[in-house]
Amino acid sequence: MKLRSVNRLTPWLYSAAALILLITFTYVPVANMIGYSFTDWDGLSSERDLVGLDNYVKVFTDPRYWQVFLVSMYYFVASFAQIAIALYFATVLSFKTRFRNFFKGVLFFPYLLNGVAVGFVFLYLFQPGGTLDTVLGFFGIQDTPHWLGDPDIANISLASTSVWRFTGLTFVLFLGAIQSIPGELYEAAEIDGANRWQQFRFIIAPGIKRIISLSFILAISGSLSVFEIPFVMTNGANGTSTFVIQTVQTAFYFQRVGLASAMAVVLLVIVLVITWIQRRIVPDEDVTLS
Amino acid sequence: MKRPLALTGKYTSLVAAALVVLLPLLVVLFASFKTRGEYGASGPLDPPSNWFNLENFVVAFTSGRMALGFWNTGLILIVSLIGTIIIGTMTAYALDRFDFRGKRLVFFLFLAATLVPGVTTQVATFQIVKGLGLVNTPWSAIILYMGTDIISIYIFVQFMQSIPKSLDEAALVDGASRFTIYRKIILPLLAPAIATVVIIKGIGIYNEFYIPFLYMPSRDLAVISTALFNFKGPYGANWEVIAAGTMIVIIPTVIVFLALQRWIYNGVTAGATK
Repeated sequence: MKLRSVNRLTPWLYSAAALILLITFTYVPVANMIGYSFTDWDGLSSERDLVGLDNYVKVFTDPRYWQVFLVSMYYFVASFAQIAIALYFATVLSFKTRFRNFFKGVLFFPYLLNGVAVGFVFLYLFQPGGTLDTVLGFFGIQDTPHWLGDPDIANISLASTSVWRFTGLTFVLFLGAIQSIPGELYEAAEIDGANRWQQFRFIIAPGIKRIISLSFILAISGSLSVFEIPFVMTNGANGTSTFVIQTVQTAFYFQRVGLASAMAVVLLVIVLVITWIQRRIVPDEDVTLS
Repeated sequence: MKRPLALTGKYTSLVAAALVVLLPLLVVLFASFKTRGEYGASGPLDPPSNWFNLENFVVAFTSGRMALGFWNTGLILIVSLIGTIIIGTMTAYALDRFDFRGKRLVFFLFLAATLVPGVTTQVATFQIVKGLGLVNTPWSAIILYMGTDIISIYIFVQFMQSIPKSLDEAALVDGASRFTIYRKIILPLLAPAIATVVIIKGIGIYNEFYIPFLYMPSRDLAVISTALFNFKGPYGANWEVIAAGTMIVIIPTVIVFLALQRWIYNGVTAGATK
């Protein structure tokens, strides 16, 4: 067969550029990062000392470092709201609806926006006496908190911003999955007298199980790697620092690359474990590579 | 069988959601047309008195150096996209059309890389980019956009699987070289996949903040995200100017979305469910 007689180097030539970039900018950094995490390197000087597990001990014992994990809980809880909202609107819009495309577009659109712009839009919204306070005023609610200044509220405000920004993606993914369910199923169900709830319960829900579980996994790793919204809006002040903000500040402002690497390794391990669990629970039928 | 109550509920919820999405953007649009005094005197929900007051836009555009931001973003966008397409399609060609030892390993390397959250490895990636002398040059962003893009390789491989191999074989019989097959047969047929990649990656690069912020701190290299972010300090209290700057960043996205809706939905779905 002619296909076999090609020069053995040919496929490597075609993939060389991608492989070099992949190794240089993904695998070498991961390996270096693991190496740095056992040292006290500041990222600048040529000398670094091995400190064993000191950095890891610090990540898990110093409240300044592990408390940022608690902040991700706000985003994690918020992502449940996000999935619920997305599921509701995906279901509603999968049935015949007036102005369907308009509503679909509006719900999806925030996902496309520049993160810095979203940050400014919500900084403006949450200002004291700003849009949110004015709207709440219409409903007679006068005593509003400092949405971003009050440490008890700030994370909720930021997590809500995150829901506003990312619901559109979840929604479009759900809608796509629902629309790939054959239409005859609904027709048959209607003939059998099934109501909308029963159609949802017995046709839609099983049909999109996979994408929903995928969304939950994305929610976990997503809530651990929150960065842009709190960085732009509060710069991590008032107890809103996230794991990534903390890592960036530790590495680039405080020049503690060793410690920051240990934090990054911890996050990497968590994400890998979660993904591994996901692959076990939800077998990936769609992998067609290899 | 119409139940008016359920229908009312449905449309009420849709209209409420549309308001929640649009109101935060609308009030920023209002603010961007207000004069300094008007902004102080009016509530956020009051529309501007003069819809043609473009002064804030002029101030934002000139002193925020947003033209430079668009220029830098555009340059980085074009070079990275061309690089991604060439590298991605060639890699997909190797992976889909050749059988070679180590192919499974290569697949594994690409697959496993998708699990590594790019945000965190920057701690170590930064040292490499610094070692290459690329910090504070546009090449830092370009090479990272090209080098960390595994999703497009997937999109290309998946699409290539639907191009019949008999086309390649027929060309081989006619004496075409491997490169001719890639260049004259595969690449043109990949056009829809290339369009998808251009759209989702283009939007991604336009919106990217972290990489330019970290690697190109020089004000002369500000892209649109970092140019907007720089409004934070000097314009801290000038909300009408910040609002105009924000709108300047959002408007291109609105135009692209309205023009390419269908492509964007498909591309985003293809990119996210990998």
